[in-house]
Amino acid sequence: MIERIARALRYGLVTAALALVSTSARAQLQVDITSGVTAPVPIVISAFTDDAQPSSAVVGQDLSRSGRFVLQERTRADYMVAGRALPAAEGRITIEFELVNLLTGQRLLAEQVTAAPSAWRNAAHRIADRIYQRILGVRSAFATRIAYVAVDGVAPALRYRLVVADADGENPRTILDSRLPIMSPAWSPDGESIAYVSFETRSAAIYVQTVRTAARRRVSGRAGVNGAPAWSPDGKRLALTLSSAAGNLDVHVLELESGTLTRVTEHPAIDTEPVWASDGTALFFTSDRAGGPQIYRAAPVAAAAVQRVSFSGSYNARARPSPDGRQLAHVTREGGAYRIAVLDLQSGAVRVLSKGTQDESPGFSPDGGTLIYAGRERGQDVLATVSTDGLIAQRLQATSGDVREPAWGPFRP
Amino acid sequence: MFKKSLVLVLPLLVLAACSSTSRQEEAPPAEVAPPPAAVATPDDADAMASAGTVGELNARSVTLPPELADRRIIYFAFDSDAISAEDQALIAAHARFMAGRTGVRLRLEGHTDQRGSREYNIGLGERRAQAVRRALGLQGVAEARLSTVSYGEEQPAVGGEDEAANARNRRVELVYTAE
Repeated sequence: MIERIARALRYGLVTAALALVSTSARAQLQVDITSGVTAPVPIVISAFTDDAQPSSAVVGQDLSRSGRFVLQERTRADYMVAGRALPAAEGRITIEFELVNLLTGQRLLAEQVTAAPSAWRNAAHRIADRIYQRILGVRSAFATRIAYVAVDGVAPALRYRLVVADADGENPRTILDSRLPIMSPAWSPDGESIAYVSFETRSAAIYVQTVRTAARRRVSGRAGVNGAPAWSPDGKRLALTLSSAAGNLDVHVLELESGTLTRVTEHPAIDTEPVWASDGTALFFTSDRAGGPQIYRAAPVAAAAVQRVSFSGSYNARARPSPDGRQLAHVTREGGAYRIAVLDLQSGAVRVLSKGTQDESPGFSPDGGTLIYAGRERGQDVLATVSTDGLIAQRLQATSGDVREPAWGPFRP
Repeated sequence: MFKKSLVLVLPLLVLAACSSTSRQEEAPPAEVAPPPAAVATPDDADAMASAGTVGELNARSVTLPPELADRRIIYFAFDSDAISAEDQALIAAHARFMAGRTGVRLRLEGHTDQRGSREYNIGLGERRAQAVRRALGLQGVAEARLSTVSYGEEQPAVGGEDEAANARNRRVELVYTAE
């Protein structure tokens, strides 16, 4: 018991130090852990020998921010990580690292990661992913990216940017900059492209942009609403929302290569926010055909039969399935507050996982262990994460301006 | 592109671009400038400069009478697309203005307050824009002269989260353009 309290205290100190480190690193997003597990795994990470970059610090930051680990001195740690950097072919750097169980003396990992010097952070995230999985037995997603919309300025003169960053908020890169709104970024399943809505022509259009090259293509620019793009798991189709001349929104499916368009819903209500079931056999979407918005399911075919999926509460919207397909994250209204909830598709049970009043835009991390969403704190739009067990929460806050509509990218090969 | 689509909005835009925060706070709802016109430009200064130039060129092409110039916004109750009797009269006045000027078109920009899911709010903003479009149609404005766009909650007229801000953000803006 005393040991647990002592760990919790030390954990608090480590957290405070991390916030400072990330600010001084000029990150656009500052990460703070807002709650964690009571007994995280104590681990010591020695500085990697001959490493020109602080790779070991990034590994430690990943693990401690996950909330499942606490950085510790060697005498108090259960696990130890050590490593060294050495030159590899073509100017690249190899980091050899070891993970040792200090209680048993057993060497659990002895591996190496090689990367270009400019990709040193990614290499560190990969090391953290290996350690996390070896100790806890489940996958983490440190070596992935997020996209989000950043908004600066004072209404109505706002500036909108679409930003891609590492999952820890570092290396932010603006891939689109506009004085008119940008919405609904969605990663292609291969992580190469992002579909989004831009109003840059003073009407809505959906674009697909290659992240690496910034090359982009307008895939839907019909009159009226072009919204809510969602990639099929095979990356060949986009579900999206289009409006009729009379302004009625319906869910459609667009074959990207042929341009063939299929209207899935045919109802005078608002039908929008489509997303593919993880196995690609169905779409979930938001509809207010029963009065308020609720979540429905339909096959991705013309004039599909529609089933209602959400039943608790008067406002359920913007579903996103877990990678295993068993759960749907969504926005629910509780009293006057909009919060992030998870619906178990088999049992119908709903768990509310966020505590804000304007929480929205939820999505799962690719490992399924974490939800990322947008919320509002003290007049600023911030990003937040919460573990699906509800125990670990983080806030990712911009140093200035609003950040919203996070989209967590897939695992990278 | 700009020459066709930007009109009388622009003097206000230039004001907004140069104004201080206090000016924006003082502005009554009807004078809230529609959002800036320039499309995605990394360089803010250039974007504003070009928008200003376009505005000066185009400000002459549509001149609204004073009683309409400051009354181009229709406000809505929470979760509603119902137009008040007073605003029906305002819409009729805009329809009469359009009746005499065949070269003038009108873009109806629907907006919601910040609450709720963003893409769903695009649907609610579209409903409001369509409600105004139908009302103008009933007043005899030809379909082809009207277009709608919904910005949902993405372009608030004012910041803030209280009901006063929400009420000013639930709106349809009437944006005149010259053919």
